[in-house]
Amino acid sequence: MLILILKILIPFLIIFNIIPLLIWLERKGSAYIQDRPGPNRASIYGIRLGGLLHSLADVIKLITKEDIIPDHVNRFFYVLAPFLSLSVACITYAVIPFAHPIDINGHSFVLQAADINVGILYILATSSLGVFGIMLAGWSSNNKYAMIGGVRSAAQMLSYEITLGLSLLSVLLVAGSLTLHDIIESQGATVWHWNVFRQPVAFFLFVTAAFAETNRNPFDLPEGESELVAGYHLEYSSMKFAMFFMAEYAHMIIASAMITCLFLGGWQVPFLSTEFLRGHADAGLSILLMVHAVLFALFGILLLSKFKKGKFGDNRDYEVLIIGAPLLLLGLGMGLGLLLHGSFDLSQLGSQIFTAVVQFMLLMGKILFFCWVFIWIRWTLPRFRYDQLMRLGWKTMLPLALANLAVTAVVLLI
Amino acid sequence: MVLLMIFQTNPIASAVYLVFGFFGLAGIYVLLSAPFVAVLQVLVYVGAIMVLFIFVLMLLNLKKEDLIYDKVTWKKIGVVLLGLFFLGFLSYYFISIPDLLPFTPVAENFGEPKAVGQYLFTNYLIPFELTSILLLVGIIGAVVLGKKD
Repeated sequence: MLILILKILIPFLIIFNIIPLLIWLERKGSAYIQDRPGPNRASIYGIRLGGLLHSLADVIKLITKEDIIPDHVNRFFYVLAPFLSLSVACITYAVIPFAHPIDINGHSFVLQAADINVGILYILATSSLGVFGIMLAGWSSNNKYAMIGGVRSAAQMLSYEITLGLSLLSVLLVAGSLTLHDIIESQGATVWHWNVFRQPVAFFLFVTAAFAETNRNPFDLPEGESELVAGYHLEYSSMKFAMFFMAEYAHMIIASAMITCLFLGGWQVPFLSTEFLRGHADAGLSILLMVHAVLFALFGILLLSKFKKGKFGDNRDYEVLIIGAPLLLLGLGMGLGLLLHGSFDLSQLGSQIFTAVVQFMLLMGKILFFCWVFIWIRWTLPRFRYDQLMRLGWKTMLPLALANLAVTAVVLLI
Repeated sequence: MVLLMIFQTNPIASAVYLVFGFFGLAGIYVLLSAPFVAVLQVLVYVGAIMVLFIFVLMLLNLKKEDLIYDKVTWKKIGVVLLGLFFLGFLSYYFISIPDLLPFTPVAENFGEPKAVGQYLFTNYLIPFELTSILLLVGIIGAVVLGKKD
């Protein structure tokens, strides 16, 4: 029972903790792409931490802002819509496996919150529910522009769901099962068996459709219209707007998670299969810890070397000291501890936990890489016009997805 | 949920309550050990059909004066009572048959996608093809009705 509660809580907490990181990444990343330094002014006692505190400042601002509900809205749906968006985004994360199942005393723990037989369809179903939040928001605002934004967004999301599903089908044909666990298992640990190389067309189609599903640039119309005229979250103030904002980043994380699990082999470590990791867990643990110790020490030395009194003239000088010195000490301490401790001797449970942790870290790394790709493309490409978007979805991507499916089926038969 | 849907004046409110009702139906499907049908119900019914319903309802732009609150007449009360009586009659009939009650457990792979797909493509192939032709006719009809001439 406790394990179940943990399994439910951990994905939820992961999403909610990655969202501020993504907000920071987006603002800094977009800034450096546009050749400007980005937000770097929020500080605690003079420590600026390179803009990470802006997320905290954002949260505090949005919570303490006045929560206006205008007179002319339909109150029930107005309040329901952002709640619907955010909760649908959080539900979807339940079926994504974090690592290979662990066997404890013969009872295998599956490391995903819900081990249902129809994994992928569940994700598609909950993506379709995300349309509802946007439509209800647009309609309940009782505002022409908000409604147009909402309706356009709903049409766009519906059209690209088809391409999403069809490119997903080709992957399912190759893997032969609907559960995400089987799909990840069927892509072995060797990199050239990953679905990126076995189904490249499906990969590109899926990534593009995922951009359209999350209303992210270049399919930015419902969200970008709010920069031009209005959008579906026009009439929303502090906390509800924050929920829409968080829902968009949560959808982005979901889309990245799906792309990793389906195409990049989920939690598979490249070239190191699960049995190999479990067999060599002792050596693996010491190697991993040693590498981390060396990296921390080097990074600490790098930061310390940048300390120059009088560079900024205020407390920011000591920033590098505050981060650099503990890192160096941590690295040296870890290195010494490892050398003194000698080699590790992990039991079977310990080696399985080690494997699971490594695979989980790799999954998170891949998901964050794809989130970075989302942000990167947003600030690189211009926005589509609405009819171009619709034409692309129905006349180009749908036939391509169908052709890909047909070719995959034929190749599999032969 | 469905009762709430019937008693709304605002059609979009009743559409949203219908969505919740479909969720309940999906839950019943899961309890009947058919998770595949449950997820398909949410995906197709809620995700596509109800979205289009709400789409059209939103574009109709109904003002508050158009939504007339129907008065409760004796005719309507009579109809509801007749429906309830019919429901009671049916349930009494079903409960009073003894060998309908003990339920037999279903097969091991009852609701699995593999089993459903197998039956769909072997035993029930002809209804499958006919259904797809029906959907095609629906699409063509919609396109013809929506043309500008």
